[in-house]
Amino acid sequence: MNFAEIFRIAVSALLTNRLRSALTTLGIVIGVGAVIGLVSLGRGVEEFVAKEFDAIGSNSLIITSQRPSSATRTRVDPLTMKEADDLKNPLIAPHIRDVAPQFAFFALVTGESGSRNITANGVVPQMLTVRNWNLARGDFISQADLDDNARVVVLGADMVEILFGDETIDPIGATIRINERVFTVIGVMEFVEGFGGQNDTVLIPITTAQTRMVENARARDGSYRVSSIYIQVTAEEATDQAKAEISAYMDEAHSILFDGEQDYRINDQSELRDFVLTLTVLLTLFLSMIAGISLLVGGIGIMNIMLVSVTERTREIGLRKAVGARGSDILLQFLIESLLLSLIGGALGIVVGWLAALLGTALIDDITLTLSTDAILLATIVSTIVGIFFGAYPASRAARMKPIDALRFE
Amino acid sequence: MLKLFKKGKEPEILRDELGRRAVIDIRQITKMYQMGDVEVHALRGVDLQIYEGEFVSIMGPSGSGKSTLMYILGALDQPTNGAYYLDGVDVSKLDEKQLAIIRNKKIGFVFQSFNLLKRTTALRQVELPLMYGGVSGRTKKAKAALEAVGLGKRLDHLPSELSGGQQQRVAIARAIVNEPAMILADEPTGNLDSRSGTEVMQIFQTMNREKGITTVFVTHDPWIARHTNRVIMLRDGVVVADRKVATPLVAGETERPSEAEELEGVFQEVYYGGKEEEYN
Repeated sequence: MNFAEIFRIAVSALLTNRLRSALTTLGIVIGVGAVIGLVSLGRGVEEFVAKEFDAIGSNSLIITSQRPSSATRTRVDPLTMKEADDLKNPLIAPHIRDVAPQFAFFALVTGESGSRNITANGVVPQMLTVRNWNLARGDFISQADLDDNARVVVLGADMVEILFGDETIDPIGATIRINERVFTVIGVMEFVEGFGGQNDTVLIPITTAQTRMVENARARDGSYRVSSIYIQVTAEEATDQAKAEISAYMDEAHSILFDGEQDYRINDQSELRDFVLTLTVLLTLFLSMIAGISLLVGGIGIMNIMLVSVTERTREIGLRKAVGARGSDILLQFLIESLLLSLIGGALGIVVGWLAALLGTALIDDITLTLSTDAILLATIVSTIVGIFFGAYPASRAARMKPIDALRFE
Repeated sequence: MLKLFKKGKEPEILRDELGRRAVIDIRQITKMYQMGDVEVHALRGVDLQIYEGEFVSIMGPSGSGKSTLMYILGALDQPTNGAYYLDGVDVSKLDEKQLAIIRNKKIGFVFQSFNLLKRTTALRQVELPLMYGGVSGRTKKAKAALEAVGLGKRLDHLPSELSGGQQQRVAIARAIVNEPAMILADEPTGNLDSRSGTEVMQIFQTMNREKGITTVFVTHDPWIARHTNRVIMLRDGVVVADRKVATPLVAGETERPSEAEELEGVFQEVYYGGKEEEYN
């Protein structure tokens, strides 16, 4: 009794009950299709998130203030321009390429046809490279603007429409008012992907912000305060060294004696990236588990049909045994039947999942759903397991049937 | 393949007065079923020898144990006690897997309801035992078997495309294709009209006469039994008669008497229907 013969018997048995086989297969098609589709969706979201983070730049660090976690210190010393300048010194921090302090303040910005309360930012020319930004038009803030405390402004991408009513207007040379002070627009930022809220802000020279826009921007040592310091590391691999260098410097500058007293924090983009990616991976896992439930239901459907089939074909089993089929021959025959059902279902499910991914790509902006090979592999393995697992009981029932009982069966 | 079965003491193979080997040698077989709390003794000690080339009927009313005996003869079931040597092999000691091999190689079954596989061509039906036996050259052998039962032109027909008689002939071809030690037929003409029944009976008789195939019929029909050479009668689990038929009927030569003829002499003069001449 060779395998090919048993295979042929199983195929012809399935073809005998075409509709039933098709409906049984449908359960697996839906299950596998759902798994493939949802895994693709999850992967798409992961890729999207990763891309967004890459746009921010994974080799950048941000130093911000924070309340110390230790009870031994409650004072928070602000970050200062001096610290930003010191970190630029390669003797202090050799793994830092560039430093860009930022001074944020609340502002009412008014243009020709609109106004809005926003967080405005005083920045330095290096901000453009440190944060991987691009200008849509005009110029960015220059060193000369910093030296002059110039009243010039670069608009975030969304601000043109907010202030001038139409995003196609060229606002270069126009004037706007920030907290009732007149500024000349010198540039417009390109739209920035990501979550940073970089598109509805205005950027002015940090010196102008510190001297003209707030009452007193000086820290106790006389240096100007900043809200955050953006750091560009020499290379992504150097992030940890750069962090260590910053910690060492900042601990000394802020007289930190013990861990937990730190009144500053170094935010690592890659940490946040990893965290969000972990979330999306969990999301994918969760979605595929839900889809897995439908696969389970499909498997139970196979088992149900196989049991019906075994009962229906009791006489056939009896006859086969009477002419010399061993239990193992019968077992294999029914096992192959259920395996075929689930594998055909799995194959169709992959196609359905793939179509769903194509549809999803067409419907959802920014997200590309890709059919990954490991999802296909998973679907194949899972449907094999489903076929064997849910086919095993009916098949063994058929195999254990006594020939006389099977022949007597009406 | 039978090395497996030849361990231990070889049974002494009985021979009859003509020197023919005993294909079936049953010694003091009993069979007991447990039906709920009740023990049913289907066979209460049966001794039976059937020699090669014999054409035997086993007769008996319902409940006589003839079905049970047939299942045991067919290696479909095992006796509770006693020994059963089939072609020299003690079948009563075999496990399920070995029984499957015995059924495949030594026994050809023919059933009352044909038991053909649905949507399977005649050729495939006949190949089935060869397939399970792992025999090569199946198509050729299956064709030869179908030709032997006169169905050489119906190889690709499905059961639904064949008459009852033809279906039973496919089943006979399936039974003989593996050249078994015996054919075991359970009421093989029971589902057929008298003409098809006669045809089928002719095939059995021809095969027995010309090829010497040992054939065992299980039937309750005396007319069928009269076509065989020997009749074994069972009642209540024991053999009550085991006789040679003096002049076995040849299928097709004698018209089967109607029921009325068979029951001649048991009726009163009053009748309720039917043709009057039937009673004269």
